Amino acid sequence: MATITVNGKQVKVDAAPSTPLLYVLRNDLKLNGAKFGCGLGQCGACTVLVDKEPVYSCLTPISVLEGRQVTTIEGLGTREDPGPVQRAFIAEQAAQCGYCIPGMVMRTQALIEHKPHASESEIRDYMAPNLCRCGTQIRILRAIRRAMNEMRTASAEIAR
Amino acid sequence: MNAPHSRRTFIAGTGALVVSFSLNRAFAQEGGAAAPKPPGPKLPGDLSKFPKMDSWIKLEADGRVTVFAGKAELGTGIKTAFTQCAAEELDVASSAITMITADTALTTDEGYTAGSHSMQDCGTAIRFAAADLRAILLELAATRLSLDAASLKSADGTITAADGRTVKYGELVEGLDQHRDVRAETGIKKSGTFAVIGKPMNRVDIPGKLTGGESYVQDMRPEGLLHARVVRPPAYGAKLAGIDTAAVEKLPGVVKVVRDGSFLAVVAEREDQAILAMHVLEDAARWNDTTALPKQSDIQSYLRALPSSATTILDRGTIGQPGVKALRATYSRPYKSHGSIGPSCAVALFDGGNLTVWSHGQGMFPLRSALSKLLSLAPEQVRCIHTQGSGCYGHNGADDSAADAALIARALPGRPIRVQLMREQEHGWEPFGPAMSAQASAAVDDSGKLIDWQYEVWSNTHNMRPGGAGNLLAGQLIEAAFKPDDPKPIPQPEGGGDRNSIPLYALPNARVISRFIPQMPIRISALRGLGAYLNVFAIESFMDEMADLAGTDPVEFRLKHLEDARARDVVTKAATEFGWQPNAKLPRGRGQGFAFARYKNLGAYCAVAMDVSVDRQTGIVKIGRVVAAVDSGEAVNHDGIRNQIEGAIVQSASWTTLEEVTFSDKEITSRDWSSYPILRFPDMPDSVDVHVIDRPDQPFLGTGEAGQGPTAAAIANAVQRATGVRMRDLPLNPARVKAAIGV
Ligand code: FES
Ligand code: FES
Repeated sequence: MATITVNGKQVKVDAAPSTPLLYVLRNDLKLNGAKFGCGLGQCGACTVLVDKEPVYSCLTPISVLEGRQVTTIEGLGTREDPGPVQRAFIAEQAAQCGYCIPGMVMRTQALIEHKPHASESEIRDYMAPNLCRCGTQIRILRAIRRAMNEMRTASAEIAR
Repeated sequence: MNAPHSRRTFIAGTGALVVSFSLNRAFAQEGGAAAPKPPGPKLPGDLSKFPKMDSWIKLEADGRVTVFAGKAELGTGIKTAFTQCAAEELDVASSAITMITADTALTTDEGYTAGSHSMQDCGTAIRFAAADLRAILLELAATRLSLDAASLKSADGTITAADGRTVKYGELVEGLDQHRDVRAETGIKKSGTFAVIGKPMNRVDIPGKLTGGESYVQDMRPEGLLHARVVRPPAYGAKLAGIDTAAVEKLPGVVKVVRDGSFLAVVAEREDQAILAMHVLEDAARWNDTTALPKQSDIQSYLRALPSSATTILDRGTIGQPGVKALRATYSRPYKSHGSIGPSCAVALFDGGNLTVWSHGQGMFPLRSALSKLLSLAPEQVRCIHTQGSGCYGHNGADDSAADAALIARALPGRPIRVQLMREQEHGWEPFGPAMSAQASAAVDDSGKLIDWQYEVWSNTHNMRPGGAGNLLAGQLIEAAFKPDDPKPIPQPEGGGDRNSIPLYALPNARVISRFIPQMPIRISALRGLGAYLNVFAIESFMDEMADLAGTDPVEFRLKHLEDARARDVVTKAATEFGWQPNAKLPRGRGQGFAFARYKNLGAYCAVAMDVSVDRQTGIVKIGRVVAAVDSGEAVNHDGIRNQIEGAIVQSASWTTLEEVTFSDKEITSRDWSSYPILRFPDMPDSVDVHVIDRPDQPFLGTGEAGQGPTAAAIANAVQRATGVRMRDLPLNPARVKAAIGV
């Protein structure tokens, strides 16, 4: 039995401490967002945030998550009320099959929090761990820039 | 025993993937071959095979509309385009439409969702069926209101008379026989009157995919679900010599080890338990392995030395014209992986002697046929339901995992089983896109025109899809193994290995020979574009070589040999939007390239212009600005077309500059993303702009595979202009580029 905090909620899960977070998210918590892509830390399909850092949930055992905050795409917004990064991806229609997209969204979220003014090459470098086979990257980059602009504008407004 | 599936509800409660259905769909599907031939001209699209209206569309009394597509959503946005077709022709809101796709219990058998056929075959049928349904509703309303049908207007599911009286579609359903032949002569709307077709419409599936909705077969969690993993042999042909399963069976959560011959799988309560148990099982398995693979470095000459049969697919004029200048060149491509980001997955349930399989394969009816053979069931006892997966780009591991799930489910009746392949299994065992080579020779006359053209292409088949149970990996591994089907070439005009081997150019004297190699040392099948990728790469590289020989700008040289007006338009559009300059002066190490093809010579026209820079130190080819023009006929969803072409360009850039399946004398060695690298974000083109040339009232032309070939050739042509070196063997990866430019 382990206790983890996912999208702000504490949950107890009946799984071995070495169980990768990905399977707990997908099967125990029935959260579809994080995807299995490789289990090897090579593709980023499983990307979630742990305390605002992007991590490969396929390689993160639940034993290291005590006292930490896990955020998945479900924690960013809902279909009815999507968060700013989700909205930007929808606005740019940045998906083909969409399998890689939740991982892309989570890494984008981290990018914007860490580097709200990232240059084009910084964006590309930051996104390098995440693969897309459908070739949606050009649209994903557009969505990232859109999200960045909108979130910057929003925080500027709050600051005023 | 035959129809227990149509009301299956065990999966109910899991949300988005639920289809609860009360129609007897077997009724709607009858027709096809057995139906009396409808009078009049051949019906358009797949209406010619399934002429009944309710095979495609069904109006309910509450005004809701269900559309049935025998084609599947593969991540290309086809569900959205079909919705637009139906909404336009029937005059209903898109939100009133429920789309059902590829389900052997509910939809027609439209074969495989492949070859960029969905819009022509299925989209066309949906449009005509919806248009005729609307016409019938107008006639019924006219009778009810004692008015002339022509005086009535329809919009948003309601018919309105000039005097203001209205009739809702749903009110007309009672007594309406929807199981009737579609009258093609009703026709479809003309462009200029469209409210939905050609207008922006967001993809219907994207919001769910962006918010953790249940979108994929991987996301299915029916009550009582068990998780399974398979153990694949270490190499082709390896046989399981022995295994002690006692240790595995004692592991926590393990429910069962399933073994049949060399087919090996383990089922557990939890997915992570299944994966752990799979690793233990892998260690416990002893294999007899005698297969020897050819040497990878010699694969092209190995393949060309195998027996082949030659077919002359073009013989025009008198070949052998010497011209004033001539050239000969050979081009090749290695095996390529589909490399889906999500390894293949399926869910299966064996219950009461009936099997239900949820699969992201491209053909639910062919899969049903193969699974019924594999499990010795009647086809009626098997239902296959298409459920989305990660993009497949052809025949990947999807059908194999469906067969794995089916075999495992049979061993554990009553429990739904989900099996997903591991990354190494997907990469190691998928049927690859075949290695190929081609030889071109040509001559130009003193006016700089092509006077002679000869081309030969060597290829395996590009279609080892199921059909037979032996085309499923599990079918080859079980004790009572099935033999794979005999490989067959796909005939022209679509072609397989020889797809697009006949240039669209006006060539007075030309011969094209297709050499079909039956023997397959590496497991292969369909990969996006089939032979078109290599043939367009070869022809369009060679066109540049011939243009240089003739001393003509490559864009001008193409136009000089193109008579097809729509081909000329896309070439001109791409060149203009790119700002193509003959002999553009670019800094050292940079070059621009151009290429064009009409996919299959029947589908969409696509031209690509780009610039690249080549780093002489590293050999890395970096793509800068890309501009493409595409003509897909009447454009239903412009953004959908752009998305497809953008994706094709990026994917082909990866195929062309990096990708190559590797193998030792025993086994496939490219088994993950580090041994089979694909392009990552920092390597992406600086920009990709796609210009859609809309052709109102023209038939739909398939788009999904149109961009791959032109992109490959445009890259090679640009690299040649950047370095002065012509590279004819794919991929143009850093090691080869360095070797070619001699650093
Ligand atoms: S699934 Fe975790 S990195 Fe690929
Ligand atoms: S959209 Fe299909 S893998 Fe990225």
